[in-house]
Amino acid sequence: MAAHLKKRVYEEFSKVVQQQQLEDFPAKRLRLTKPSKSAALHIDLCKATNSTDALQYLVQFARKPVEAESVEGVVRILLEFYYKETDSSVRLKIASLLGVLSKTHGFSPDCIVDDVINTLNNEKSHQVLAQLLDTLLVIGVQLPESQTIRVRLVEVACRHLTDTSFGVRNKCLQLMGFLGTVEKQSSKEMECLPVQDVQKIIGDHFSDQDPRVRTAAIKAMLQLHERGMKLQQNIYSQACKLLTDDYEQVRSAAVQLVWVLSQLYPESIVPIPSSNEEIRLVDDAFGKICHMVNDGSWVVRVQAAKLLGSMQQVSVHFLEQTLDKKLMSDLRRKRTAHERAKELYSSGEFSSGRKWADDAPKEKIDTGAVNLIDSGACGAFVHGLEDEMFEVRIAAVEAVCTLAQASASFAEKCLDFLVDMFNDEIEEVRLQSIHVLRQISKQITLREDQLDTVLAVLEDSSRDIREALHELLCYTNVSTKECIQLALVELLKNLSKYPTDRNSVWKCLKFLGSRHPTLVLPLVPELLSTHPFFDTPEPDMDDPAYIAVLVLVFNAAKSCPTMSALFSDHTFRHYAYLRDSLSHLVPPLRLPGRKLTCVSDLESVASSEESSQQFLQQSLERVYIIQHLEAQGTLELLDFTIRDLKRLGELQPELAGASDFSATYLHCQLLLMKGLQEKLWNISAPLYVKQNAMASAVVQQILEETYKLEFLYSGLENRQVAIIHHVRLQAKALQLVLSARTSRGVEPLLNICEKFLQDVDAFQRCFSTELPHFQESFVEKLLELMPRLVTCNPMDLVKILQTTLRQSGFLHLKLPEQIHKATATIIEPTGESDNPLRFTSGLVVALDIDATLDHVQDPQSSVKVQVVYPDGHAHTIRPKPTDFRNPGPGRHRLITQVYLSHSAWTEPCQIDVQLHLAYNSSKCQINSPKSAWNDSTEVLQATENCIEGSIPLSKPVKVYIMPKPARR
Amino acid sequence: MPEIKVTPLGAGQDVGRSCILVSIGGKNVMLDCGMHMGFNDDRRFPDFSYITQNGRLTEFLDCVIVSHFHLDHCGALPYMSEMVGYDGPIYMTHPTKAICPILLEDFRKITVDKKGETNFFTSQMIKDCMKKVTAVNLHQTVQVDDELEIKAYYAGHVLGAAMFQIKVGAESVVYTGDYNMTPDRHLGAAWIDKCRPDIVISESTYATTIRDSKRCRERDFLKKVHETVERGGKVLIPVFALGRAQELCILLETFWERMNLKAPIYFSTGLTEKANHYYKLFITWTNQKIRKTFVQRNMFEFKHIKPFDRSYTDNPGPMVVFATPGMLHAGQSLQIFKKWAGNDKNMVILPGYCVQGTVGYKILNGQRKLEMEGRNTLEVKMQVEYMSFSAHADAKGIMQLIRMAEPRNVLLVHGEAKKMEFLKQKIEQEFSVNCYMPANGETTTITTNPNIPVDISLSLLKRESVPGALPDPKKPRIMHGTLIMKDNSLRLVSSEQALKELGLVEHHLRFTCRVHIQDPHSEQDTLNKIYSHLKTVLKDSSIQHLPDGTLMVESILIKVSTASEDPSTKILLVSWTYQDEELGSYLSTLLRKGLPSS
Repeated sequence: MAAHLKKRVYEEFSKVVQQQQLEDFPAKRLRLTKPSKSAALHIDLCKATNSTDALQYLVQFARKPVEAESVEGVVRILLEFYYKETDSSVRLKIASLLGVLSKTHGFSPDCIVDDVINTLNNEKSHQVLAQLLDTLLVIGVQLPESQTIRVRLVEVACRHLTDTSFGVRNKCLQLMGFLGTVEKQSSKEMECLPVQDVQKIIGDHFSDQDPRVRTAAIKAMLQLHERGMKLQQNIYSQACKLLTDDYEQVRSAAVQLVWVLSQLYPESIVPIPSSNEEIRLVDDAFGKICHMVNDGSWVVRVQAAKLLGSMQQVSVHFLEQTLDKKLMSDLRRKRTAHERAKELYSSGEFSSGRKWADDAPKEKIDTGAVNLIDSGACGAFVHGLEDEMFEVRIAAVEAVCTLAQASASFAEKCLDFLVDMFNDEIEEVRLQSIHVLRQISKQITLREDQLDTVLAVLEDSSRDIREALHELLCYTNVSTKECIQLALVELLKNLSKYPTDRNSVWKCLKFLGSRHPTLVLPLVPELLSTHPFFDTPEPDMDDPAYIAVLVLVFNAAKSCPTMSALFSDHTFRHYAYLRDSLSHLVPPLRLPGRKLTCVSDLESVASSEESSQQFLQQSLERVYIIQHLEAQGTLELLDFTIRDLKRLGELQPELAGASDFSATYLHCQLLLMKGLQEKLWNISAPLYVKQNAMASAVVQQILEETYKLEFLYSGLENRQVAIIHHVRLQAKALQLVLSARTSRGVEPLLNICEKFLQDVDAFQRCFSTELPHFQESFVEKLLELMPRLVTCNPMDLVKILQTTLRQSGFLHLKLPEQIHKATATIIEPTGESDNPLRFTSGLVVALDIDATLDHVQDPQSSVKVQVVYPDGHAHTIRPKPTDFRNPGPGRHRLITQVYLSHSAWTEPCQIDVQLHLAYNSSKCQINSPKSAWNDSTEVLQATENCIEGSIPLSKPVKVYIMPKPARR
Repeated sequence: MPEIKVTPLGAGQDVGRSCILVSIGGKNVMLDCGMHMGFNDDRRFPDFSYITQNGRLTEFLDCVIVSHFHLDHCGALPYMSEMVGYDGPIYMTHPTKAICPILLEDFRKITVDKKGETNFFTSQMIKDCMKKVTAVNLHQTVQVDDELEIKAYYAGHVLGAAMFQIKVGAESVVYTGDYNMTPDRHLGAAWIDKCRPDIVISESTYATTIRDSKRCRERDFLKKVHETVERGGKVLIPVFALGRAQELCILLETFWERMNLKAPIYFSTGLTEKANHYYKLFITWTNQKIRKTFVQRNMFEFKHIKPFDRSYTDNPGPMVVFATPGMLHAGQSLQIFKKWAGNDKNMVILPGYCVQGTVGYKILNGQRKLEMEGRNTLEVKMQVEYMSFSAHADAKGIMQLIRMAEPRNVLLVHGEAKKMEFLKQKIEQEFSVNCYMPANGETTTITTNPNIPVDISLSLLKRESVPGALPDPKKPRIMHGTLIMKDNSLRLVSSEQALKELGLVEHHLRFTCRVHIQDPHSEQDTLNKIYSHLKTVLKDSSIQHLPDGTLMVESILIKVSTASEDPSTKILLVSWTYQDEELGSYLSTLLRKGLPSS
């Protein structure tokens, strides 16, 4: 047997050599001297004199990947050694290697199942047994189709369940969880095999003496559920018992199991122990999980709090109990502070005239009726929200949120508690609860006392908190005009304390106004400080607070036409000014005595969008008629279309992505045409240096544009990416042709040709599925000629390229459904300041940058800040990942600090600050390792197989700085 | 039956002077050694003569454990150790050991220097006493002697407060001291594992109270302070030096930080400065937030809170002042109060309970004109607020702790009798365990049923506990072995080994019996009939024919012979060893019933 194996191994060895000799890629020539894995391993293991050596060899062996074709040979050799080996650690390593090997891509492990099962029979060491079972698990997972093997493996696992070591039992249960049959066996061959009731066997191990095995059993059960097997209801009682287990990991898993069952059988009826009553299973489970919110271990508490959120089917009665906590003091019932606040509010007196003992206990409580340990859900969230670990509190807040979204009455009830969380000591919790309140704010109306508490947070020094709160206020409904006034006063206070919040506060007031026009109406005279008889002085138009008030009023006036009667003259003037300067905040109003220049109803907006969509399509179609790149009219047509599309993008922000994308694409085509103009090519190269320079500039520009196309737009499909790459390929071909014309001799061309062919090859590999769409295109022709290209010499290649380039047609670009252009706006610094930022040279100054990013994918790794000094020296800074916030889908916010330093200047001077999007072309290529980003400022930097660079993402902002010489 | 005896010398159906004696497994442990604030005579300290009529306590007590630094839990310590006489070990946690002497010294100063008492412990005595203290860490098992071990758990309440588990062999007692089940701004919540002690001795200060969420109170407090400061008013917060004061400081400090407020906050100096120093050091004992952020900034290094100077009282503009003592009966807080009381913009917030007769009590009850010494009256125009910040577990918290520990008995101390009664009833009802509430000097005896550990050889255990079809840990299993009690140790060994150890010869015991049955057939046929009969009855056992004409059922031999006088009567010889007694006797009765006719 062994001799045969060796022979086979050596055969493989020689075969590999022959194969590789055929190939002529110089890069792969290295492999020639590398022998097959199995052969090397065999030699190594034979050399090993003792077990330590063997272990060393195995460890080294495991570090390198094995080719799929030699896996089986390696496995055989390993197994052979396995039987010989006496040291259990070596056997353990072999067993684990078997598992690793069977995962090899392209290797089907069914041929080694029997061997591995056989090794189990004679194994004495528990650790090795566990490892072997693990290997079997890996094999089983690799073979999802084979029922017979699964059943066999499960049977093997059952046999070893009686092992004394917990590790072995663990693995057995795990294996059963992963491989236990989900569907009833139907085929004939199955019937002869004993049908194992996997659920029952796993269930029996819920009462194993080892907690680790119990955990594994529950996990296996959950695994079965995940794989689609319907768990039986009778394990519910067992699972409930496990909730009181001594070990936290058991309890944690059990909570999950109870939850799963409650989702499977929500409507079943279970009896309440110690009484005759019966309740729905989901309610019972809810009560039990609520109980776990008081568990001793915080891991379990987090788990329980999280799961509570997803139990939507629970009865309202039980749900509301979670916020209920009967207070008492000295056996008298007491009202909670929330109840007191509510009462104060409803009695019409909202003041804080608190006395000692206003919380004095009221009526006596019947001692028998007080239930101190509630078996049900009582107060679960009250406890969860008060927990000492913030992880639990956050989980509870989230759970409250999801439950409140499903139930309006619960939302009403949980309000007080959420508002209380605004005062949590940990910022994350505060932020989370503000977000949560925003999510449920559609269903609720804030009472004045609640609003008061909410608004108190506006003074928070954390910008995130304030902005989250502004966001919340945008969506909040309030009930009275006092509330509006209160909110306005607090927002103005906020504005004066933190002037940087200007935009956010205005936006907030915009929504507040448009939501509550009728509540704002009675406040208008007071807000605008108009007087029936006297003229009041005209307020300062540059005062942000006044603008804030106007934003509120104008937005309310939009749906309340009577309001404009209350305006004074200067208000109208201010309206006109603001409508122009802050058009996103001030809506168009129908004012008396004024013509409405544009009637922009919703309908017209919709129709205009439709028509521009049409326009976009038409202009693209018009362009696609062009078949040949030669005609004179073509260039003009393209020019016009590009101009049209760019303008369209400006007019219709919804279509900006699509139109910009197609405009850029057409621009590429246009450039390509210019580069290929006939005149250029008919004249011998040395005479037309200028044209050559022009053409190479065109090439460079096309390349840049293609990178923009590829990385600046989100929502691209594979097809568009392929087209972009195609354009790039054309540009590269042009580049090659140009360099062939300018350089003398063949030598320098060799390398470039080689690279170009590799590019073509890569294109073919990456976009093989898209190739059918590339009929009549440059690449198709190229691929047809590929065999010739590979062998011919560079000069011929250039000739072929030249003709193909000029013959190739124009590829139609099909626009994807959703396409967005990544953009960024720097809000801060504004670039308006005349005061230079002074600092001592050699030291650093921190420049605050606040920017919004739209549709940037993965900004944490791609967005950089570039600072260009007056001497042209550029410096790129990578912001911390935590500086990015994600306020909404597709939107990001960058708030960061950039450190500047320079040697002394005599005069203050401006520097440019700009956001850049860094890209790495290797991202889209298969199997090429991602290399680290290096902070280079070159636009294009060609490395061996990936191209990195950056695209400007925002307009540059000028910052006035002045490094002073250090005083001595 | 072994017993655990618990005798409160103080804190039995009472608050103050905590001192509880526990006798467990022949060891005597004293839990806490406090003083009573309400008395100035001998009743101030626990009655140590209960333990020993006169003489030193050392020979009667194995150790003393102090749960935390409040004087009603540690105030009598120097008196006991130095004046009554105790040289044994005293255990407390590190923060308690650090802060306790400061408080004791302060207490001594007030009693001796101010009130002029004599026959009181001296500073040196405090120092000597503290030398006897061994500090313990949380969850560290300390071996007091060979049998007695103690372990501390986190209790919240104040910095360094701990619950103690006292364990002798398999018997154990948990003493909670004072604890808090809801976290606050500077401390976490009490926690204990499922240690299933024989008794939990729990405090029950708030036995009949279920408290509202802490957040409302905090919010109210902050809002009141904030509003007053914004109005330009001054806020006076009378506090006791330790515990709540730090919580309120942290609360205000973080609020100032969050809201970017500028008004100064002052803290009256002296004792508190020292204490704050210790709070800074024992970061591991504080709550999650402080522990997590202390790398950037230690929360107790206050940015906004500065030490107070008397001259600041008259400074214009808003300010917040923490001043001692807490009930406004004397000292700095009263002086500041007198100065500020006349202005209605100002505010005083009393964060705790005030004893009858103090200024604090009077103003809380709405009295607006106070008579001061020298016949002056003081009109109080400033706002008076009350804010309860208590750090004891409420009824729910007590129940929660009991549920966490799963004790077999509960004993309540440190509370009022009437309130305890209610909680006792609840505990008995909900957990169905016994609950006791002894008065001072009354002894509660609890019999325990301890497990007796027996050594068993591994091979025997493995042989006997070969897992059957199902693992079932709850089901007791019968195993065969020999129990050897020798040299104060118990060992379970296999009988062979026992014989070998004891040098005895093994005797085999065999039972034989003859069963007469009527069967006219030949011996061989009878044997076959018996064989088939047994085959149907005993499905699980192995039954085989042996070549010498006998039948083997497991290890039981059945032999058939014909009676000499009557050929139709067959005599069955059944023989079994005593190990197979069960099966053997079953077989003999089965065969006695005869064979089925068919």
